[in-house]
Amino acid sequence: MATAEQGSNRVMFGRVSKSGLMSFLSAQGILIFFLLSMVVFSFFSEQFLSQSNVMTVVRQASIIGIIAVGVTVVIIGGNLDLSVGSMLSFATVLVVDLHDKVGPTTAIILMFALTLMVGAINGFLVGFMRLNSLIVTLAMLSAIQGGILIYSGGQNVDIANQDGTWFSVFGRGYVAGIAVPVVIFAVLAIIVQIVMSYTSYGRRIFAVGGNPVAAVYSGIRKNWCVFSTYLISAFCVACAALVLGSRVMGSQNNVGQGYELLVLAGIILGGTSLLGGAGSIWKTVIGVLILGFIQNGLLLMGYPYYTQWLVTWVIIILAVWLDLANKRKRLLTTHS
Amino acid sequence: MVNNMINVKGFLKGGGFVQPIWVFVIVITVFFSFMSDYFLSVGNLTNILVQTSTIGLIALGMTYVMINGNIDLSVGAILGLAASLSVGLQDYGLAVAVIAALASGLIIGAINGLIVWKTGVNAFIVTLGAMIGVRGLIFVYTGEQSFYATNFAFSDFGAASIGPFPLLAIIFLVCALIMHLVLKKTGHGRNTFAVGGNAEAALDAGIRIGRHMTINFIIVGFFAALAGVLLATQMGAATPNLGRDYELWTITAVVLGGTKLTGGYGSITGTLGGVLAIGILRNGMNMMQVPAFYVLVILGVILISVLVIDQKLNVHASKGVSI
Repeated sequence: MATAEQGSNRVMFGRVSKSGLMSFLSAQGILIFFLLSMVVFSFFSEQFLSQSNVMTVVRQASIIGIIAVGVTVVIIGGNLDLSVGSMLSFATVLVVDLHDKVGPTTAIILMFALTLMVGAINGFLVGFMRLNSLIVTLAMLSAIQGGILIYSGGQNVDIANQDGTWFSVFGRGYVAGIAVPVVIFAVLAIIVQIVMSYTSYGRRIFAVGGNPVAAVYSGIRKNWCVFSTYLISAFCVACAALVLGSRVMGSQNNVGQGYELLVLAGIILGGTSLLGGAGSIWKTVIGVLILGFIQNGLLLMGYPYYTQWLVTWVIIILAVWLDLANKRKRLLTTHS
Repeated sequence: MVNNMINVKGFLKGGGFVQPIWVFVIVITVFFSFMSDYFLSVGNLTNILVQTSTIGLIALGMTYVMINGNIDLSVGAILGLAASLSVGLQDYGLAVAVIAALASGLIIGAINGLIVWKTGVNAFIVTLGAMIGVRGLIFVYTGEQSFYATNFAFSDFGAASIGPFPLLAIIFLVCALIMHLVLKKTGHGRNTFAVGGNAEAALDAGIRIGRHMTINFIIVGFFAALAGVLLATQMGAATPNLGRDYELWTITAVVLGGTKLTGGYGSITGTLGGVLAIGILRNGMNMMQVPAFYVLVILGVILISVLVIDQKLNVHASKGVSI
């Protein structure tokens, strides 16, 4: 990636933040920003903090959130995954199309198997062939999109009998009053967070992302670790496809187009560094939720939906800048 | 035999006079001219040049940015903004509209460059943000409407030709020549390589790396805007979603052309080959009546193959430990 962030302090041009307050703010910046924006939005709109609205936002954000959980693991391992958008289209088209042909259970199993296979291809190329992940997943983005179009012949797919199938439970169902997409999102996020924080597997992923050479010298099988991160990412995409396919009960060929960048925006906003070796799932969850609440809040205030993109631009850069300035200060204090 | 092998290896590494991508271009040209009677006609070849000029112009600027060790994901959005401005502002006169469109590219390029320079935030993140934000700007400006050119001089420009050569193709080739010379013959070009190759060493050598990075972002912004204006003249219209995914196509073309994502290595001639390879593949497969979907798969496979070949040949350069 770009050299500026990796280089020594001289090569980086930003200023160092001075006061202790500033450093506290930037350390917890994203959380504070989250709370502040909630307060501001709730001033402007009474419905904003109502239970039904909050649940709606979380439910809407859950598809991006589910994918983001997986991609965060890939990024912590020091790589990128741009193919998740295409992979989401692929999995959604597959599960919806197969639903009427072979029945829901087989369709879901096949969809998971094939999506994991695509993830394995990614993982093999990046992990074992040691190719640049950005270009590999960019190439896969295009190849998978082509594959979907060949498979479906350019036709949109849908489920004929929408009421007579239990498949709808993933997108439209509720468990104890909570929407199933949210439950899937929460369960995945919690499990992956626990795995990343409290298991030796998680520590290995951090080690590989932070310093691959040191990781290999300490006996970590780097290639397998990288490979497995892509499997996790593919698994999350498959879960997201389950939710998306079941909510819409049909699918366009390009339904996931652009998701890879929204997912990245959420992850970056949460404060996970693209350089690998740092980050956490709960930060990503907050980043994704911020994007969701900003979108919702601006809509409730009467702005058209595209204003959120402008706001996203500004806060992404501010968030990363604050984060970077904070890290640089820490770096300076330990050295001097 | 052994000598031969070494030559092949050296050639594929790009060390020789002819770049591998150009051999690929020639191979697919020969292939398609056997497969289709109409492929190798002057009309079709100029057509390919016009079709590729949009991606090609952006790729010229992107080559600089990538040699510099950065990346720009916002080019598709800049293209869309410039196209909308160049059509939407025509009530104030054609010149004003085109100048405003080109200026928008320069300004957004400058914003990207300055943020990367002054904050040290990764260019990937900065331009990803800009890509989302500029798309928002387009929607705010157009109000989700498509614009149609009322001034016929504008649409005529896109269809104009000098002799047998379409004007758009000539503009693209002239720009490529200029960018090639700037990269090869000027201090800015040399410094771009130096910064991308080793930012630390470049700084020690007294190169103002921030300025060169910013200039390169401005260059790519300008070319994206120019491509947007020219694309709008071809269509006589602009839609708010114009340019979606163009950043991915552009990066694909530049990487095919042999420019390294890590910086410090690349060339305009290679990029030209990469752009043409994509254009010829798309056009030739259309001629063979292969559904457009297959092009996406083939491009993906080629891109990964290029990476594999490149890595197998440069094992020593990137030698790492592995278990």
